[in-house]
Amino acid sequence: MSILVNAQTRVLVQGITGQAGAFHTEKMLEYKTQVVGGVTPGKGGTKAQGVPVFNTVKEAKDATGANATVIFVPAKFAYAAINEAIDAVIPLVVVITEGIPALDMVRVKRRLSGSGTRLIGPNCPGLITPGQCKIGIMPGYIHKPGGVAVISRSGTLTYDAVYQLTEVGLGQSTCIGIGGDPVIGTGFVDVLGLFEQDPQTEAIVMIGEIGGTEEEEAAAFIKAKVRKPVIAFVAGRMAPKEKRMGHAGAIIAGGKGTAAEKYRILQEAGVITVDSPADIGKTLKAHLSKKPSALSQRR
Amino acid sequence: MKLHEYQAKQLFTTVGIPIQRSIVAKTADEAAAAFKQLSLGKPARLNIKAQIHAGGRGKVGGVRAVISADEARAVAGELLGKRLVTKQTGPEGLPVTAVLVDERMEGGRELYLSVTIDRFRAKPAVLASASGGMDIEEIAQTNPEAIIREVYDLIEGILPEQVNRISKAFGLSGSQASACGDIVRAMCRLFEESDATVIEINPLVVMSDGKLIALDAKIAVDDNALFRHADIVAMRDPSQEDPNEYKASQIGISYVGLSGNIGCLVNGAGLAMATNDIIKLSGGEPANFLDVGGGANVDQVTNAFSIILSDDKVKAILVNIFGGIMRCDWIAEGLLKATEQLKVKVPIVVRLQGTNVEEGRRILKDATGLNLISVDELGDAARKVVELANK
Repeated sequence: MSILVNAQTRVLVQGITGQAGAFHTEKMLEYKTQVVGGVTPGKGGTKAQGVPVFNTVKEAKDATGANATVIFVPAKFAYAAINEAIDAVIPLVVVITEGIPALDMVRVKRRLSGSGTRLIGPNCPGLITPGQCKIGIMPGYIHKPGGVAVISRSGTLTYDAVYQLTEVGLGQSTCIGIGGDPVIGTGFVDVLGLFEQDPQTEAIVMIGEIGGTEEEEAAAFIKAKVRKPVIAFVAGRMAPKEKRMGHAGAIIAGGKGTAAEKYRILQEAGVITVDSPADIGKTLKAHLSKKPSALSQRR
Repeated sequence: MKLHEYQAKQLFTTVGIPIQRSIVAKTADEAAAAFKQLSLGKPARLNIKAQIHAGGRGKVGGVRAVISADEARAVAGELLGKRLVTKQTGPEGLPVTAVLVDERMEGGRELYLSVTIDRFRAKPAVLASASGGMDIEEIAQTNPEAIIREVYDLIEGILPEQVNRISKAFGLSGSQASACGDIVRAMCRLFEESDATVIEINPLVVMSDGKLIALDAKIAVDDNALFRHADIVAMRDPSQEDPNEYKASQIGISYVGLSGNIGCLVNGAGLAMATNDIIKLSGGEPANFLDVGGGANVDQVTNAFSIILSDDKVKAILVNIFGGIMRCDWIAEGLLKATEQLKVKVPIVVRLQGTNVEEGRRILKDATGLNLISVDELGDAARKVVELANK
């Protein structure tokens, strides 16, 4: 088991003929992800990276039976590309694109509610179920199948955490980058709920950032609904107020969204927190080795 | 991207938000002429307001009353070109490149209104408080119940009952309540039309004649949406931005200057923040946040180093790169070229992790004559760079 994606997932790539789309299609195929088609308007009927290209998402879905799509379309055109995927009722839409206007995402969120689509991102590395399916831009080889779930607002920091987990012998069930933008398709709370239900997942690593209230909402949910151990790191203790720290969503605005506040609320919810980003793997390892019985019961 | 008060007020007038009569001046003579134009030759008491991208101007002499064109010229002359330091600017302050000459509004109750995005609900929200005049953070701390929050649907717009709740919280009724409703709806419209991240009126003043007027105006626009707002991009005032931050943003690097002495070069925003955090945990102080972006190639790394080194405080640099798609051996070669080209004098601690990491570390270890130290583990790297910076 795992969540959202597995060996059966059939993936489309929107923007497959662009530079990033082409490069990462190749990497996804190398990882044995079932990339079944691509979409680039005007290039239907051709092939890219060995897979058929279609003019529209609808055509591509009908011809290939795809049940997921990954979007590499530039920010200006991403809104239209996402809408096309929602209209074609693709169950899982993963948006890698960085730089989509926040109000476009507000409009997208509106269309998502009641639709048959779940959206991950934007401005995210994607998601991976190790050994089965990689949808996105993360380096596949650092992952190993196992029981630790990873949810994160970051990219390379997530890779670092996954690397640490693999190094200490903890494999992963599914790793999801939810994205660094202020308005995102799927937040911590939704994903935590899925991991709590997933029998393969034994523990959850959550990597947050300053800005917004995603971590605070997650803490409330964990307190009420999550029985599996959760370990968290929140980046940005050193961040000054009112400055955007790279990610559009990583900004302490109106005094809200500081790392200190997020740490405090997560700790109150019973989450194990780590102060140093270098300690994520070993802290979880130490915690899990203390409670072998609890873990084996859940298996 | 932030706008000046006068620019925000220009946008206010396009949607019908009432402001007092005002004229922007970029020279002392223009300020004197503005005084004459606004006073129409009659005795008048007007404001000269320094235009900077920060609040708190009034407390440090950035808002001054004048009663003649000559005085307007003198005060404007004094403010223009000066760096104004307020509690929001940091110690170096911000340069005054323009002043706004406007009618001085005496007395009146001060209210607070803003529109922003409620990120968790993914909808816009209006914040309102009858305790205007102080900043929202202060109101939130001293009197959180005084803030009302109306989350609304972007397409349907704010609902009449929501607008009514705001007017009621302000203690307004009759024509004042309807004027208040017009202002709220206009703000919401401008929020959408300009792709703002925040629009704030603080204070919105209830005048003795009963009229409502936006005395101050603050707008920040979503950087991601600038591609569809050429008119707003034209309003950008780089003098209000840190020169390094501005330079970096032009070449796709995210840089934020901090007060410490350890320069940081990292790929990825989350990892860059985490690197700042671990330096602090190890007893050091970062000089900057820097995300070099996805394609950490030689040019980009060289640019990043030159930005970091333009800060004289930097005594040592920590490079923290996770090579995912980028191979560590390429990154190592890029680092060598960049440091050679720039003749970097300060010690550089490099922590590489990821694809081809062994080869990358070997390249760094074999490099001679460079002040470059390769450390495998992030915690160790942070301790090492702190030690070097404190030498």
